[in-house]
Amino acid sequence: MQKQAVFQAKLLPYALVAPQLAIVLIFFYWPALQAVIQSFLLQDAFGLSTSFVWFDNYIELFTDAAYFEAIVRTFFFSFAIAVSSLSLALLLAVMADKPLRGSMLYRTLLIWPYAVAPPVVGVLWIFMLHPSLGVLSRYLRGMGIDWNPLLDGDQAAALIILAAAWKQISYNFLFFLAGLQAIPKSVFEAAAIDGARPMRRFWTVTFPLLSPTIFFLLVVNIVYAFFDTFGIIDTMTRGGPGKSTETLVYKVYSDGLLGGNLGSSAAQSVILMVMVIVLTGIQFRFVERKVTY
Amino acid sequence: MVEEEGFRRYVAHFILWIGIAIVAFPVYIAIVASTQDNALIANGQMSLLPGGHFFEVYYQTIFVGTSGSTREPVGNMMLNSLVMALLIAVGKIAISIISAYAIVYFRFPFRMPIFWIIFVTLMLPVEVRIYPTYKIVADLRMLDSYAGLSLPLIASATATLLFRQFFMTVPDELLEASRIDGAGPLRFFWDTLLPLSRTNMAALFVILFILGWNQYLWPLLITTRDDMQTIQVGIRKMITTTDALTEWPIVMATAVLAMLPPVFVVVVMQKLFVRGLVETEK
Repeated sequence: MQKQAVFQAKLLPYALVAPQLAIVLIFFYWPALQAVIQSFLLQDAFGLSTSFVWFDNYIELFTDAAYFEAIVRTFFFSFAIAVSSLSLALLLAVMADKPLRGSMLYRTLLIWPYAVAPPVVGVLWIFMLHPSLGVLSRYLRGMGIDWNPLLDGDQAAALIILAAAWKQISYNFLFFLAGLQAIPKSVFEAAAIDGARPMRRFWTVTFPLLSPTIFFLLVVNIVYAFFDTFGIIDTMTRGGPGKSTETLVYKVYSDGLLGGNLGSSAAQSVILMVMVIVLTGIQFRFVERKVTY
Repeated sequence: MVEEEGFRRYVAHFILWIGIAIVAFPVYIAIVASTQDNALIANGQMSLLPGGHFFEVYYQTIFVGTSGSTREPVGNMMLNSLVMALLIAVGKIAISIISAYAIVYFRFPFRMPIFWIIFVTLMLPVEVRIYPTYKIVADLRMLDSYAGLSLPLIASATATLLFRQFFMTVPDELLEASRIDGAGPLRFFWDTLLPLSRTNMAALFVILFILGWNQYLWPLLITTRDDMQTIQVGIRKMITTTDALTEWPIVMATAVLAMLPPVFVVVVMQKLFVRGLVETEK
């Protein structure tokens, strides 16, 4: 944790940590504390009086069918995004890990979408699949599908998942490739000498050795689906039609924006905080495993 | 080396090219749409080949903006995004490297509590403290300012951890040597530690620049004036009006311009990018 050889100084170290500490306390801890306090309060409609209501805001949330649906929806989105993006990325990484001509070029051509911002991802996909002018919508209608994600909730959800998974391919690809390259090639040779065919080599050798990376990416993808899809949802559907694409983060945003129930919005924030703490905890446990596999 | 038979190699090439096509197609469509006539696109008659309006559309996008009432040249939005991204990237690196230096090279009361206070912010992303943070920034009169856009995002547990880890690997002999030369703590930091950290700083900068440029929720909340909009917020506002009025070639040109800087950084500084990404996620 610390060096044997250190400097002796009384005030200098405090001066060095002061800027970071100031920002952390003012913009992280203070607002987080405010959210916690706010979540125990109830404000009347005019904001004139506030009263302490213990866990009423939380109880109200957990008995609210709409909130429950938002939780289920968020987890479903996370799962769908993670599974589709991870499987495609793994396939591509396994291919790119082979000794092929131009493998560096392949890597470059596959990793750049990491840099595309979520709102831009949303704009790109809604344009391609826009009901009246989308380039791909023509083909969908040609196939007899009544495609209108602006009116049909299930189609809107599918669109969000598709766009969000697309963006995450490059990230997952990069980490899978790094994971594959870390596996000693002699392991594959041994399996090949034992007569294992390529498909069998993948499932009995590669996949188990890659499982720490898979788990790590699973957590990262869930966190991504929870938080970074905000920009995608906001540019594509704004949580609609109805509430069919409203995730937990989007709900905090839109509930607070309408200036409605501050206490409820704060309680939602606190619940999200707890989820982040749990996910980060899991991530750290498995990162240690990742190093020692 | 396990030899690949010819056929399997072709399959691998084929699958990779399909992957590249999936990844590139939406962007290709955006580039094509940004060179076409709006009437054609609005009718659903968009061609899959580039049109002839490239210069016209990009000129209007960068210097004029949409024809709507909230007209704002995208060039200005890009400038705002650039300032914000640079402030965030440089700010995070600067305050993280000095706090990591204090934590590793000094012994002082509350050293560990301070480290943990910084570390725990990992679990407080802006999304879970949206409105209280907004209120503080409003109270500090920092809405619609570069300070408001960047300051609340400048703390970084990840960067602090990364520098701490790196400093731990720097041999103690360097410190002893510079002490014999009569160097104080600031001299040692400036002359010895900073030059050694160059690669780490560069890798971190690439990642943080992309993250800063791509910020969305925070700028959306705290900018109300059109001339303070970042490009990510501006593009969303372009498609708020009823569909019929959306000027798609300009929207798509804006999308292309929004992608250009971060994608350029990833492609040109690929080594640093990969290094930064893998290190910050560890």
